[in-house]
Amino acid sequence: MSLERFISDAISPWMKREGPESDIVLSSRVRLARNIHQYVFPIAADKESAHEVISAISTCMSEENEEAEKLEMLMMETLKPVQKRVLVEKHLISPNLAEQAKYGAVLMNADESVSIMVNEEDHIRIQCLAPGFQLEEVLHRANEIDDFIEKNVDYAFDERRGYLTSCPTNVGTGLRASVMMHLPALVLSKKMSRIIPAINQLGLAVRGIYGEGTEAQGNIFQISNQMTLGKSEEDIMEDLAGVVTQVIQQERAARQQLQDGLKLQLEDKLFRSLGTLENCRIIQSKEAAKCLSDVRLGIDLEILPGISKTILNELMILTQPGFLQQYAGEVLTPEERDIRRATLIRERIKLENR
Amino acid sequence: MNCEECHEREASLHFTKIINGEKTEFHICEHCAKEKGEFLPGSNSFSIHQLLSGLLHGDGHVPNTPSSNFIPPSLSCEKCGMSYYQFAKIGRFGCDNCYKAFESKLNPIFKRVHGGNTLHAGKIPLRAGSSIQEKKQLQQLKQALQQYILNEEFEKAAETRDVIREIEHRLQQGRDT
Repeated sequence: MSLERFISDAISPWMKREGPESDIVLSSRVRLARNIHQYVFPIAADKESAHEVISAISTCMSEENEEAEKLEMLMMETLKPVQKRVLVEKHLISPNLAEQAKYGAVLMNADESVSIMVNEEDHIRIQCLAPGFQLEEVLHRANEIDDFIEKNVDYAFDERRGYLTSCPTNVGTGLRASVMMHLPALVLSKKMSRIIPAINQLGLAVRGIYGEGTEAQGNIFQISNQMTLGKSEEDIMEDLAGVVTQVIQQERAARQQLQDGLKLQLEDKLFRSLGTLENCRIIQSKEAAKCLSDVRLGIDLEILPGISKTILNELMILTQPGFLQQYAGEVLTPEERDIRRATLIRERIKLENR
Repeated sequence: MNCEECHEREASLHFTKIINGEKTEFHICEHCAKEKGEFLPGSNSFSIHQLLSGLLHGDGHVPNTPSSNFIPPSLSCEKCGMSYYQFAKIGRFGCDNCYKAFESKLNPIFKRVHGGNTLHAGKIPLRAGSSIQEKKQLQQLKQALQQYILNEEFEKAAETRDVIREIEHRLQQGRDT
């Protein structure tokens, strides 16, 4: 398969669009957790009831949909480990669904901006993604799907506690909204270590790119709400959006400061990283992520012209172990991956220079 | 210290295993750890449920009277069979009825996890929501009915009674379909 073809298959179509504030906010995501009243939660379910949940949702979603959007369903049991890993790297399913869910399934639309996980921790997890900073739009989309499902399914809902979820941390709205941000200047100027505790105090979590407990690779941070009970969906979104707006301003200011005060040093660093990516023969994912972050910053500051903006988003995903192995068509050792990763990055950058 | 696997990179992860008092240590670099573990991104993290389970066991932090703090071993959910002890251990409910079964224990947990909140203030599902609205209306009507009877306003009482019957009938039908 040609690299161009592989990239176009690997990158979710929604990611190719450009969203608001996309120089800093890579993507916005909303997830709603829902359960069906008549079935016990996946953790306590037997095979039979888990399969009933899957068929209930697949019949419900195959019904006439006003948007006439077709969802494709994949059963976890039928996927190979590398296929599941690719879905995780694309953020379409959670690591938990890939690894642990016994009778898990996922429904996705064609541009992969909507995915519905079945039998993860909860029966239903509706996820909507969009490029850039557009939380309201993704919530609206998720609500439409939620209402559509609710027409045919009795949700586990309680007047006092709201939507009932398997984990007490999701009860109420079942809403988790998150924003993926690229914050190289705040990291470089060592301001991030002060900003994170401040954000935490407001009841929001800051994490690395792949969620809970992961490292912030490539200066990419995910900010999300923690509380789901006692606040309306709109208030949760407003609080998150307010913080994100402030972080955007801070990052812009920090970028300006770097350009004003340390222009040559900054240029040196960014050009060196581009040089590394253009010339490397062996590269580990951490170094790749760091260099990609630099190159992306260089593009946004117009220091490195002529390279497309999507390169960071693309290569951050493409250079993950799952994708590398899918591209190679075989299982690779970490050393082999580092070689493949270097080759793939070099080839991708060559495409730019044509 | 060099990594015990590849003997090249600096060891950044240090494990100590103690099994039956016998202590073994090993030191490896991140690269080799990944190869050994083959974990998916994010999946090796300390899970929220482990943390939560700690919270649930720490019931004693809440100024409760000793009697309300006592959990009878029989406290369990009749729908899915999960006991409160199991719930506290894994930090997850087994079904929607667990919320009813463990109701008396939940407020302190929700308060801690959700910044002091215990009541839902967000979206109400369209279909289930309409019956919730009707239930509230029903309660108000029943109170009004009592008042009319006390005031000997029998005509109004009869009217109210008919409305109540109508709503009750509708709610009953909704449940049957």
